[in-house]
Amino acid sequence: MPIVSFTPNIQRHVSCPPTGVKGDTVRQALDAAFRGNPRARAYVLDEQGAVRPHMVVFVDGRQVRDRQNLSDPVPRDGEIYVAQALSGG
Amino acid sequence: MTDRFLVATRKGLFTVQRGERRLSPWSIVAEAFLGDNVSMVLPDPRDGSVWAALDHGHFGVKLHVSRDGGATWAEASAPAFPPKPEGKEEVEPAGQRPIPWTVLRIWSLEAGGDDDPDGLWCGTLPGGLFRSDDRGASWRLVRSLWDHPKRKEWFGGGAEFPGIHSILVEPGNSRRVTLGVSCGGVWVTEDQGGTWTCRADGMRAEYMPPERQFDPFIQDPHRVVQCPGDPKSLWAAHHNGVFRSTDGARSWQEITAQPSSFGFAVAVHPRRADTAWLVPAESDQRRIPFEGRVVVSRTRDGGKSFTVLSRGLPQRHAYDIAYRHALDIDSTGDHLALGSTTGNLWVTVDQGDTWQTVAEHLPPVYVVRWIGQRGGVAAGH
Repeated sequence: MPIVSFTPNIQRHVSCPPTGVKGDTVRQALDAAFRGNPRARAYVLDEQGAVRPHMVVFVDGRQVRDRQNLSDPVPRDGEIYVAQALSGG
Repeated sequence: MTDRFLVATRKGLFTVQRGERRLSPWSIVAEAFLGDNVSMVLPDPRDGSVWAALDHGHFGVKLHVSRDGGATWAEASAPAFPPKPEGKEEVEPAGQRPIPWTVLRIWSLEAGGDDDPDGLWCGTLPGGLFRSDDRGASWRLVRSLWDHPKRKEWFGGGAEFPGIHSILVEPGNSRRVTLGVSCGGVWVTEDQGGTWTCRADGMRAEYMPPERQFDPFIQDPHRVVQCPGDPKSLWAAHHNGVFRSTDGARSWQEITAQPSSFGFAVAVHPRRADTAWLVPAESDQRRIPFEGRVVVSRTRDGGKSFTVLSRGLPQRHAYDIAYRHALDIDSTGDHLALGSTTGNLWVTVDQGDTWQTVAEHLPPVYVVRWIGQRGGVAAGH
């Protein structure tokens, strides 16, 4: 079962413990993770469902390519990591 | 009592209160959201709740509310665009960038009047106006404006996308609402957002090609304010100078201010519509105070003449600029608060004749707002 984990920086705003999910794509996996934590969804995705501009999603250490539709595949025991890109000051 | 105001900054929200001491009586008594970008704050005079809009950058735009005067906060439902229809691509005219159907910044928040007890309005970048009919429990995009063909011609000024920075709910008639848009003119609804009319006739944009200079749809009012006691009287700090309307935005007259007409912030007296304050910068090309001196300009005759006020403000090597929401007047008409881009905060209790320094090392100040104001009359808190 894929595992979704989140950057520690998001935890200051909304609790996001690592979650085991079902899903063959990043979209399915994140939808499953946010189903039990709807407030977290808006911290990672915008209202059109795309990854926020300064957020990054990795699958097994590789950045996902499709930030709009999240169609990148997720292996059966894949690890999805939601991080933030560095920006600002 | 009008002895408290809120200060929204790049890195936190602060509450300032007047104390008992005769010298330096104003002090910061509370802080919230330290480290976070607070783009707007609204103390709702109807029930005392305080709304704070955060822009987390990475994590997007959020809205928080306090029901206990700022002691505790809870995240609330934030305005959000509906799903973007397939194939509906629009670009911002100036930069040709696709306009996102996402809230990029909350730039204005206003409460309805007593005749609209549950209404809230929210203006955003990239130009969406949102309305809540249930005191913020839910929000909806005001489609009548978003789908207006002329809205699609709005363009960004200092930001990449256009934004609604001023929402003026007419005292006694909450169905009449006036908006200021950078860049897109002044818009008025008479039916609580059902229909909209652009009302910027008389505004002038010298920086545009000659045939577009008086085009109402391209005007860049930096900030628009309304006299609560005389709602047909409006003042605008505009990219091209200062403009005034005495007929509810149907027509605008250009005003020449001193020492310059360029600036972002403007305030009008709650009952005397001829009395207004501006915070002038040198020019569009050099956005610093004139000669490095921070001053406030006051007119009491509708803009025919100005008094340049400087007592208590830094007069040497000062490079503070006031953002558009960083000047506010209270319901007495005597107290004003002024915050700057370099983290200075001042208060006057005598209409600007003298200023007291409240803080010198705050983060850049976006917004100052007096607490307990209701249409120019202090609310009973």
